Amino acid sequence: MSQPVLTVRDLSVQVATPSGAQTVLDRLGFDLHAGETLCLAGESGSGKSMTALAIMGLLPKPMCRIAGGSIKLGETELVGLADAQYRRIRTERIAMIFQEPMTSLNPLMTVRQQLVEALLQHDACSHAEAPRRALQLLRDVQLTEPERRLKQYPHELSGGMRQRVMIAIALACDPEVLIADEPTTALDVTVQAEILDLIRKLQRDHGTAVLMITHDMGVVAEMADRVVILRHGQEMESAPVRDLFAAPQSDYARELLAAVPRLGTAPPRREKPAAEPVLEVEGLTVRFPIRGGVLNRVQAQVHAVENVSFQIGAGETLALVGESGCGKSTIGKALLGLAPWTGSVKVASQQTQGLGPAAMKPVRRVIQMVFQDPGASLDARMTVGEQVAEPLQIHSLASGSELSDRVAHLFRRVGLSPDMMARFPHEFSGGQRQRINIARALSLSPRLIVADESVSALDVSVQAQVLDLLQEIQDEDGLAFLFISHDMAVVEQVADRVMVMRLGQVVEEGRRDAVLRDPRHAYTRRLLSAVPQPDPTRPRPDRIETEALGSPVYPVGQRPELLRLTEVAKGHFAAE
Amino acid sequence: MSATEIVPPRAQSRQRRVIGLIRALMKRPRSAFGMVVIVLMVGAAVFAPLIMPHDPFEQSFDGLSMVGAPLPPGGDFILGTDLLGRDLASRLIFGTRTSLIIGVLANGIAILLGAGVGITAGYFGGWIAAVLMRFTDLMMAFPALLLAIVLAAIFQPSLLIVALVIAMVNWVQMARVIYTETRSLAERDFIQVQRALGAGHLRILLRHLLPHLLSSIVVFGTLGISTTVLLEATLSFLGVGVQPPTPSWGNIIFENQTYFSTAPWLVFFPGLAIVLLALAFNLVGDALRDILDPTLKGRH
Repeated sequence: MSQPVLTVRDLSVQVATPSGAQTVLDRLGFDLHAGETLCLAGESGSGKSMTALAIMGLLPKPMCRIAGGSIKLGETELVGLADAQYRRIRTERIAMIFQEPMTSLNPLMTVRQQLVEALLQHDACSHAEAPRRALQLLRDVQLTEPERRLKQYPHELSGGMRQRVMIAIALACDPEVLIADEPTTALDVTVQAEILDLIRKLQRDHGTAVLMITHDMGVVAEMADRVVILRHGQEMESAPVRDLFAAPQSDYARELLAAVPRLGTAPPRREKPAAEPVLEVEGLTVRFPIRGGVLNRVQAQVHAVENVSFQIGAGETLALVGESGCGKSTIGKALLGLAPWTGSVKVASQQTQGLGPAAMKPVRRVIQMVFQDPGASLDARMTVGEQVAEPLQIHSLASGSELSDRVAHLFRRVGLSPDMMARFPHEFSGGQRQRINIARALSLSPRLIVADESVSALDVSVQAQVLDLLQEIQDEDGLAFLFISHDMAVVEQVADRVMVMRLGQVVEEGRRDAVLRDPRHAYTRRLLSAVPQPDPTRPRPDRIETEALGSPVYPVGQRPELLRLTEVAKGHFAAE
Repeated sequence: MSATEIVPPRAQSRQRRVIGLIRALMKRPRSAFGMVVIVLMVGAAVFAPLIMPHDPFEQSFDGLSMVGAPLPPGGDFILGTDLLGRDLASRLIFGTRTSLIIGVLANGIAILLGAGVGITAGYFGGWIAAVLMRFTDLMMAFPALLLAIVLAAIFQPSLLIVALVIAMVNWVQMARVIYTETRSLAERDFIQVQRALGAGHLRILLRHLLPHLLSSIVVFGTLGISTTVLLEATLSFLGVGVQPPTPSWGNIIFENQTYFSTAPWLVFFPGLAIVLLALAFNLVGDALRDILDPTLKGRH
């Protein structure tokens, strides 16, 4: 085998904490060969990003330091390298792309300026040649209309386009190693598929070695040649991708792979008898005005949700899927009165249209919400016990010792110990925090919970536990869920029915198996085919050509053409 | 982490919470120093007549040198005398009353007003924010000193009026800062959750927003104390503030600033007093912010 491009041996990294130095990376070692993709996979806190930063010499000083080991790029030792020399190595020999393309680009510079800067800084070409090279780079990353993009600013580009620009900058000097730290985590699945495709193609053309850092085993299966699995800074397993997925050797890898939701493998849902509806939505429409001009008049409207109708029966889970900006979260917010809406929403047969805050109060006891970010949805300055108790106080449902009994009961209900009540949110892990959020939502004994991406921010193993908890609560209390998610594999596990949204309108709706196994609308098919599968042996499906997504913004007076759903099979509706 | 470090809510009565808070403040050297200074100054203000070595208003005959110059520190007059032969130490101690009242009262009103306007505008938004913040801008655009002079000229100068005038000038910055911060906080998930739960405005404002704004309020509030004391001095100097011969730290400085090169102590000691007061509040404020933030629990 050829000489490795990058050799890491016994790499240890320590972080200073109030209670002394903590080892976050413990004697990690691996080789990276030219043209190869190595995936560092693991859950949050596993030290995978630390590895990338250590290689780039970008560990935050003075909190972090390399405690031992060596990182060799070809013949050059990188540990202890002087800053000036390191600057030459970055971008010229090792380049990195980050998770969030918006924050990685300078919002005040055009794409051309940023590309040219990268080229000139590293003497990749002459001053005169730079603009031409910049354009060529954009062509390489297959950005549509590259000439126009050069003149644009980052905010004018979509997330996928920005990530392409980031990749173009990273490739400006034709580096030997490309480090991609969760490059697609912030992107929609269809865009993710395109970006992963692009990285593969560029790697083929340039022979770049790619070190890919991800938590998503689907991405690992699609991209990796070899995989290193990390946990708490220690290597759990290192194997070629097919071997890992076929026969994981370590217990941790087995657990991790078992927890990954796989599209198409969920057990059939139990048929539930048709129950009376908890929620009936008719023609729900949400529009946000865009103001501008001298008089600050409404010039256009974002048609976030356009004429959406659906029902949820008691004990049923309806999943709302779609990509970012399709209006799925807005529906959840509208149902709870957090966004202005028109149309008709009946909660437990009571019309909520036009209800004031006082009249809405009893409605909120029927319908509650659990948000995406478990940390951000808790108040950092209140104990979790107080926060779970708060809804009961707001609605004057309990007080005194009854209140603390009910809160203790709720804690046990979501699998937490009542002793934890006096703690503050930052003392809990992400999964525990989400349990607290669920306990708070359950405190009013609602009949419907809107779960807005409620497990998206969690690691897969924790995600599986929280999903189990939700299922258990549903089985026991007959709770209905409106499950809003972009993750098709998770949706398949929890949903009875699925509704697919695009640009504020429903394109397909039906029973879970009908929609996911027999998708009729082109968009649903595209969405499903883009989901990365945690199976390296699966041939990669041909991608259905990218289409421009369009925009939900219309001038005042205009409105999008309403889609008409037709029944393609019994209970299965799709737009034409 | 000790039990007194952070005050477990509800479990304790209000009184015990306050005691716990004071204990936590006294445990940190820096805030303990600030507390001591504040207590000493309050003591000096309250017991001024008992501890003053001389009468602050008396122009004593032996308070001036043979050629009529003020006496430097030392001897019978510990901190020296001023241009009229009055004992500087006594004037400073007596001036503590004025300066503390102005510093605490004026600043307190400014904080309440500024934070109140900022939080209301930031939380409700819409036309309420438009009206309140345009008014704030208007106040900001108006020269502070001119406003103070006009207000002070309309009302008869008295300690309370001076405090009110200073508050009227000083609340604006606080309102701006709190407004911006409230706006971003109000969009955060944990506030959205409260809305979804059906919590009333008052509950969200006081129980959820206010604790998060406390650190900004504390920082701006303590910084405001020194500017307040100095503004009072300016007003006194212009003749619309505290009326002579009543001493305040500010007007002692202004009375004597032209003699800075020949009698530096006349400016130095009142200046030191102002710095100490501001520093003390600042240290206590900083510590208070950390103690009230549960995420920093046990880090000190």
